[in-house]
Amino acid sequence: MTAIAARLRFARTGSGKTGLAAGLLLLALILIGPLVAPHDPAAIVGLPLQRPNAQFALGTDGLGRDVLSRVLWGGRSIVALSVVATSLAYLVGASIGLVAGYTKSIVDPLLMRAMDVLLAVPPLLFLLVLATGAGHSVTVLVLGVATVHVPSIARIVRVATQEVAVRGYVEAALARGERTASILGREILPNVLGTVLADAGIRLTGSILILASVNFLGLGLQPPRADWALMISENRGGITLQPWAVAAPALLIAFLTVAVNLVADAVARTLGTSIDRKRVAR
Amino acid sequence: MTELAAPELAAAAPRGRRHPLVGFVARRVAAGIATLFVVSILLFAGTNVLPGDVASAVLGRDSTPAGLAAIRKELNLDRPAPERYWNWLSGFVQGDLGTSVASQAVSGEPTPISSLIGERAKNTAVLALCAVLLLVPLSIAFGVYSATRAGKPVDHAITTISLGAISLPEFVTGTLLILLVAQWLGLLPGVSIITIGETVFSRPSILVLPVLTLLAASLAQTIRMVRAGMLEVLRSDYIEWARLSGHRERDVVLRYALRNALGPTVQVIALNVQWLVGGIVVTEFVFGYPGLGQALVQAVSARDVPYVLSVGMLIATVYISLNVLADLLVVLLVPKLRTAQ
Repeated sequence: MTAIAARLRFARTGSGKTGLAAGLLLLALILIGPLVAPHDPAAIVGLPLQRPNAQFALGTDGLGRDVLSRVLWGGRSIVALSVVATSLAYLVGASIGLVAGYTKSIVDPLLMRAMDVLLAVPPLLFLLVLATGAGHSVTVLVLGVATVHVPSIARIVRVATQEVAVRGYVEAALARGERTASILGREILPNVLGTVLADAGIRLTGSILILASVNFLGLGLQPPRADWALMISENRGGITLQPWAVAAPALLIAFLTVAVNLVADAVARTLGTSIDRKRVAR
Repeated sequence: MTELAAPELAAAAPRGRRHPLVGFVARRVAAGIATLFVVSILLFAGTNVLPGDVASAVLGRDSTPAGLAAIRKELNLDRPAPERYWNWLSGFVQGDLGTSVASQAVSGEPTPISSLIGERAKNTAVLALCAVLLLVPLSIAFGVYSATRAGKPVDHAITTISLGAISLPEFVTGTLLILLVAQWLGLLPGVSIITIGETVFSRPSILVLPVLTLLAASLAQTIRMVRAGMLEVLRSDYIEWARLSGHRERDVVLRYALRNALGPTVQVIALNVQWLVGGIVVTEFVFGYPGLGQALVQAVSARDVPYVLSVGMLIATVYISLNVLADLLVVLLVPKLRTAQ
């Protein structure tokens, strides 16, 4: 109970409040947006590159699609994919960390050296190489972004596991003859979970940043998908005639990342860890 | 990494003979080379072993059996992967970066990658150097200023703005700068294209927005960390002592506090220089800046495997070298680590 209270304390700080309010507002826009969008986001509904007017509130893009409708649809992919990638990273990273921290065999150094190698590759380069070898697809993108987070999560979980593994209740479980899987899952995992999830927000920001960047480079989601990052790169050519097709998605991504980072920063500070030491490298 | 340095040094120090630093430098460099070797295997596996034939990926839908066979032969795809890896790596180490398949598909001639990237590498170096030369003094100046005014409005403003700047991806910062400065105010060029025969120096104005974009996130980050480091030092006993013995505040901050805060600061700045490596790829693409990063993205789009592999390996080399350099620099700058026995 107190752990949950501590976790929610961020909502009482100034930046936590601002971030939470902005984040919820944006989430509402992303969820409700597709229901109220005036047009089909993929349909060509008018002349291309019209500036905002009575018929099209944000104008049309280079193909004549309604920018407002595309903006209302375009937030789903970035939020959903980042959440999936981050969760996947926690699942894999925590499993590796638990095993490496609990086992006293050669498996531990082997796993950790593998993690070191992954950490030595710049994340964006890793994703670019993956896109070259395995093609430009959503699955590759999500798996790649998850992999970028895995080493640092595994490291943290490993250290936390090593600390917990020598406690009395773990030894008691061992003495009762419980299986390793049940010791890891029922004794150790619940006790390292707090440490592990403290920086979840910062990792989510990292996922959003890198996912959006890859989509912007045209190496992730493919047209005609309505996606904020993809919209920016699609409409860059018409920026002089129709700046709104670029400005609207750019401002929304900015809004989203700042809001998530404000919350992450507030959470980290109320839990006594600093965001600065844990920033996810790009 | 630095936390490791002290005990490692102590363990390495032989009685009397060699300077302890020599052993540390040698081992750190050897570890860097070993990492680089493993990374090269990873990069090769990522581009070559994953499902999908490279040749058909390069040619896409326009592939003809003859074209496929030509590219397969050019890339030695009929050979086993370990052999191809070894050929590539031994060539790379000797400066032979292989041939670009995408430009071969266009021109019909095999084009050596090294001839394609010379000018681009120079342009990228210019961009990176401009960013780093501004990053170091600005982050120290703003960080120290913010720390000495901790809790005041100026400090709050700096902290808040920097948190915002950290949050934005480079392509959003760049796009917003283009909209604001180039499009709306009409001050600077929004694209950094240079024509044949020109160099970046003939139109330095094209550097301004890319450098600003690169600086936004990394500067915000370093300012926050310099500030945190300075605050810690300013709260220490010896600073209090210096104040009590009547030194001017200016001297206390610049002469005593800054010097002691500099060690960790160097590492932070080095880390951010390392992060610039990723940021530079996106930034070059945003502005159409004719550097290595933009070419890398184009090569990935065309799935030009040899190009991505060699340029990727170059980038990884720079990245890992920076990491090693940062470690060495910190040990040299922090007396406690240098003399630990």
